[in-house]
Amino acid sequence: MERRAEAERGPWALALRRFLRNRLALAFLGLFALIVAFVLAAPLWANYVAETGPNQEHTVEQLTVDGEKKDVVTPEGKPIGPQWFGAGGKFFLGADGRLGRDEMVRLMYGGRTSLLIGITAALLATILAIVLGLMAGYFGGWVDSLIARALDVIWSLPVFLIGLAVGIALAVGGLDLGIVELSGGSLWIPIAIISVFTVPYIARPIRGEVLALSEKEFVEAAIAQGVGPLRVMFSEILPNLASTVIVFFTLMIANSMLFEAGLSFLGAGVQPPNSSWGTMITVGVELLRIQPLLAILPGAMIMLTVLSLNIVGDAVRDALDPRGKSRLDAALQFEAQAAATRPLGETSLP
Amino acid sequence: MTRFVARRLVGMIAVLFAVSVIVFVFFMVVPKQNPAQSLAGKNATPLLVKNIEEEWGFDESLPVQYVTMMKKVFTGELIQYEPRIPVSDRVVEGIPATFSLTIGAAVIWLFFGLLLGYLSAIRAGGRLDRVLTGVSIAGISIPVLLLAPVLIYVFANQLQILPNGQYVPFSEDPAEWLKHLILPWITLAVLSIGFYSRVLRSNMLDVMNEDYVRTARAKGLSERQVMTRHVLRNSLIPVVTLFGLDFGATIAGTAIITEVIFSIDGIGNYAAEAVAKFELPPIMGVALYGAFFVVLVNAIVDVVYAYLDPRVRLGESPSR
Repeated sequence: MERRAEAERGPWALALRRFLRNRLALAFLGLFALIVAFVLAAPLWANYVAETGPNQEHTVEQLTVDGEKKDVVTPEGKPIGPQWFGAGGKFFLGADGRLGRDEMVRLMYGGRTSLLIGITAALLATILAIVLGLMAGYFGGWVDSLIARALDVIWSLPVFLIGLAVGIALAVGGLDLGIVELSGGSLWIPIAIISVFTVPYIARPIRGEVLALSEKEFVEAAIAQGVGPLRVMFSEILPNLASTVIVFFTLMIANSMLFEAGLSFLGAGVQPPNSSWGTMITVGVELLRIQPLLAILPGAMIMLTVLSLNIVGDAVRDALDPRGKSRLDAALQFEAQAAATRPLGETSLP
Repeated sequence: MTRFVARRLVGMIAVLFAVSVIVFVFFMVVPKQNPAQSLAGKNATPLLVKNIEEEWGFDESLPVQYVTMMKKVFTGELIQYEPRIPVSDRVVEGIPATFSLTIGAAVIWLFFGLLLGYLSAIRAGGRLDRVLTGVSIAGISIPVLLLAPVLIYVFANQLQILPNGQYVPFSEDPAEWLKHLILPWITLAVLSIGFYSRVLRSNMLDVMNEDYVRTARAKGLSERQVMTRHVLRNSLIPVVTLFGLDFGATIAGTAIITEVIFSIDGIGNYAAEAVAKFELPPIMGVALYGAFFVVLVNAIVDVVYAYLDPRVRLGESPSR
């Protein structure tokens, strides 16, 4: 009786049940949800608690903390430290440096940029990867080998260095492709760079999976029934890619966020007036001696976000494929196998 | 073997060509702003811009411009414009610092990565294994951007037992050289220690199931001999490849960030300063030289690997 109930549930419901049993993953999923809520609440906190914007400067202002007046930035240029609720939530985490901007507000808005870039870049890379994978499977022959070679070339580039160079060249000169035109400060520049340079991470496994799936009996059966090749790709093969895509997507967000943080830290990613956790660390490192939190807080936010995404991704993989190895081990094995063609792995990103 | 080397050489040239074309397209072709203006820098005079336009031949066709750019980069004629210094000179100046940082870190990460991985594997499933697994996962999870400020804050600012970076040339004072590099080395090594210990552990566990290991035990070798001579040796092959690749990737990646945070006057810091000042020629130079170096190292590693492990030459999966 019980056996039948199991079978009737379907693989997705079973996977969900397995996922819900993983307490560690649930805790980190909760943490990720908290981080998302934190950055989404940015305008609320800015308008109703801090009463300032992320780029508003308070260089010569004074703050009343528990009836006492304090400089936001001392004449020597030292920013005020965390005030918690001493000034009604203003400068909750202190000011960010000489310009006297509210660190808490900046942390929330910066997180928006970081997450936005991470998610958008991962999404673009995933869509691109699916299109390339399906094209490789659909056309086969020279189209497939062209796609495979192109992915190999990107895979063998020192992507961070090239991304840095391209990022700064476009930040200086803007982009004009005839149909699209971007100014140097556009967030689409880091998004595009990250998504294109990280495409092989997901496109290679997807291509492999498409090629393997096209040999399966159900595809043969569909072809025998007279289903056209386009429909085979979209209604037979695409749905079977779902679990791979879901697992890699979380990993790609984490990866993209690290890439963005590295680029932005060096000044080749997010450009002012926008800020991200990466650019905040640039400011923070200069003031490490007087106000260490300014560098450590955004760094810790990056780590928590990336860690929670990785753990959740790992758990999703375990839930979808309970007999498989954990993602870490699978990734390691993949790395070792691909080593001969692989100069830059996921871990060599900052 | 010759065929393999030839094939690898073709692959290398393809990647190098791709790198140079990417740099050319994004520096010269697609930007909205006049590339001469971008190369000249923010405070350039119209005269300088005009000179650059002529020097780089921006009125010629694109293939000619590409050739001009490559010629400049590889004959040392690529210069930064404020002050006027050849980019290659500055890159050469940065080499000792960058290599001190990366080679030292590599030695540390190899030693500890392999040590932890070995201990983890021979005690697989035990308490030590679980502790080491936790340690390596923590190491993999800490981004350099967080680890470096934390190390500086704790060891340089609070405990004041180590300097917060800067670089002292080895020829000036070897003891100071060592002291100033300890924190940067740790920063660069932690991630790879975690990663390598996991790789070695999983390789060793796989190798332990091989027939020749059973044979070694059956012929009466001690457990220690089996582990070091048979299991460890065979598990090291993929690690060696990974190392060659990661070394190049580290130079072109996390080392740049580490140099900036610890103010080490290496190539990465030179590039980062140029990024901060929106100066393009140094970045173009560093990107091309760096990419060429990394791709070259990778090709050499592949050839050495193929020499060590004949299966690679025949196009089989290299790991088992």
